[in-house]
Amino acid sequence: MSDAITIAGHALREAVRRRVLLVVALLTTVFLGLYALAAFEAFESLERTWGGGVVPIDERALMGGTLLGLAMFVALFLGVVLAVFLTLGAVRGDAERGLLQPLVVRPVGRTTLLIGRLLAASAVCAPYVVIVFLLAALITQAAGDFTPASLVIPAAGLALGVVTVVAISLLGSTVLGTTANGIAIFMVFATGLAAGLLGQIGDALDVDGLTTASSIISWIVPFEALYQNGLYALTSDIGGATGVIVQLGPFGGASTVGAAIWPWAVAWSTAVLALAALAFRRRDL
Amino acid sequence: MTAALTARALSKRYGKTTALDAVDIEVAAGELVGLLGPNGAGKSTLVKIACGLVRPTAGEAHVAGATAGSRAARASTGYLAELFRFPGWARAEEILALHQRLARSDGGAAERETLLARVGLTGEGGRRMETMSKGMQQRLGIAQALIGAPRLVLLDEPTSALDPGGRRTVRDLLVGLRDQGVGVLLNSHLLSEIELVCDRVVIIDGGRVVTEGRPEDLIAPGGVEVETSEGVRRLPDARREDVPRIVRELVAAGAEVYGVRAVNGTLEDAYLAAVVGRDG
Repeated sequence: MSDAITIAGHALREAVRRRVLLVVALLTTVFLGLYALAAFEAFESLERTWGGGVVPIDERALMGGTLLGLAMFVALFLGVVLAVFLTLGAVRGDAERGLLQPLVVRPVGRTTLLIGRLLAASAVCAPYVVIVFLLAALITQAAGDFTPASLVIPAAGLALGVVTVVAISLLGSTVLGTTANGIAIFMVFATGLAAGLLGQIGDALDVDGLTTASSIISWIVPFEALYQNGLYALTSDIGGATGVIVQLGPFGGASTVGAAIWPWAVAWSTAVLALAALAFRRRDL
Repeated sequence: MTAALTARALSKRYGKTTALDAVDIEVAAGELVGLLGPNGAGKSTLVKIACGLVRPTAGEAHVAGATAGSRAARASTGYLAELFRFPGWARAEEILALHQRLARSDGGAAERETLLARVGLTGEGGRRMETMSKGMQQRLGIAQALIGAPRLVLLDEPTSALDPGGRRTVRDLLVGLRDQGVGVLLNSHLLSEIELVCDRVVIIDGGRVVTEGRPEDLIAPGGVEVETSEGVRRLPDARREDVPRIVRELVAAGAEVYGVRAVNGTLEDAYLAAVVGRDG
């Protein structure tokens, strides 16, 4: 394990020295600034313009749930970008550049090298998405006095979700070149998100086929199931017409996938990493 | 004493291409072996199998008695790849410290300083890779290969980016390794370097060992060159012992002899005879 920590430390130092973390921190600050501006403006305009309608709507909950759902999506997206760029060239890319060979010939297992890379990327991405999401929740609270039903489930879902993406990216890096792997991972990510949206449409229109297909894809790519689970947990205490509107929106979770998603996502990531290790062990460098 | 490297009937195929074909090779402890051959001959593949980067298709290789590629074998091996790179953001000291941890070397700062001095990089430990010349990075690569006192050192074109001074430093370092009982397999196209420093030379072509032996045994005499009033003549079959007789005969025949010298062959001649002669 100490070798994996050594490799992880090396990868983390690289992220710091190459100013990856600095750039991420700066751009995230910009995003959060924009988010704060939008949140305060949105809640203020709500007070100015919202009138009583035919159906009783809790407009503050509707706005807060939607904004925080958006923040959750952005946190996931940024976390995935970070996860992919930290790992997309971990094996083939680094081997082609001649960076990997001096490390692999040391008495360190190739699996250990992969575990080190997983630890490093996860140590950056998981806290990152949690921090961004929690800061967005604080901003939403300050702007509109909105408190979500749960902070823990969405934050934990985001963290585990980006770890699953790190695992996929490491697997891809054992068989694909850097560019091809990056493209592949983003396509998988987009497919997962599209499946989630289709599931919401299926729920809204009561189309069983769409809902089932979406559910299956969510389990195949668990970051999507974790994301949907988090979205649902954000607004699960909002009932009535407001709850229906929030859940049917683009940043609302229509249903929960259940507690089994947590052990499944962990087992899934472990299996993907094991596949990556197998592919890496068989690869001639 | 266990050999630093032994390979028996070692073969490697990439699809339909045979990179190595039943190669036998041995590097004894304290022996410097030069590996020669044209591009694509299989030299780098052999070196990569020895250090565990490539798996053989058939045959076996052992490093200090352990199966090549195993953890024990890698712990006994130092390796400098032909095409390697250290991260540009890292300092020389950090690179060496990382490899010390991975090689489980407890040499600490003293080992790092000694290695930097051995490759002529004293005082350069704080420099980042991106500010180092290619030659300096190659020297650091050699220092990295020597971490943890390996029993076998595999050097793939270690002097390709070095100036003459750097090459001499590496030559001296190789001699020092031999004196310490380290086996070295030196893969290089610089025949003069190999001729100067290696105890034995193995020439590979088309994935097979085509010839091997001590440099002085491989290098054939190059005849005798005679300069007379009629110009310079070369007698390719003559040897050094024939010189007095040749001079006597020429003088007796009325020629004016200005100079005579026995011509030595070179490793390049031996290499070309082994490789080009075989191809032709």
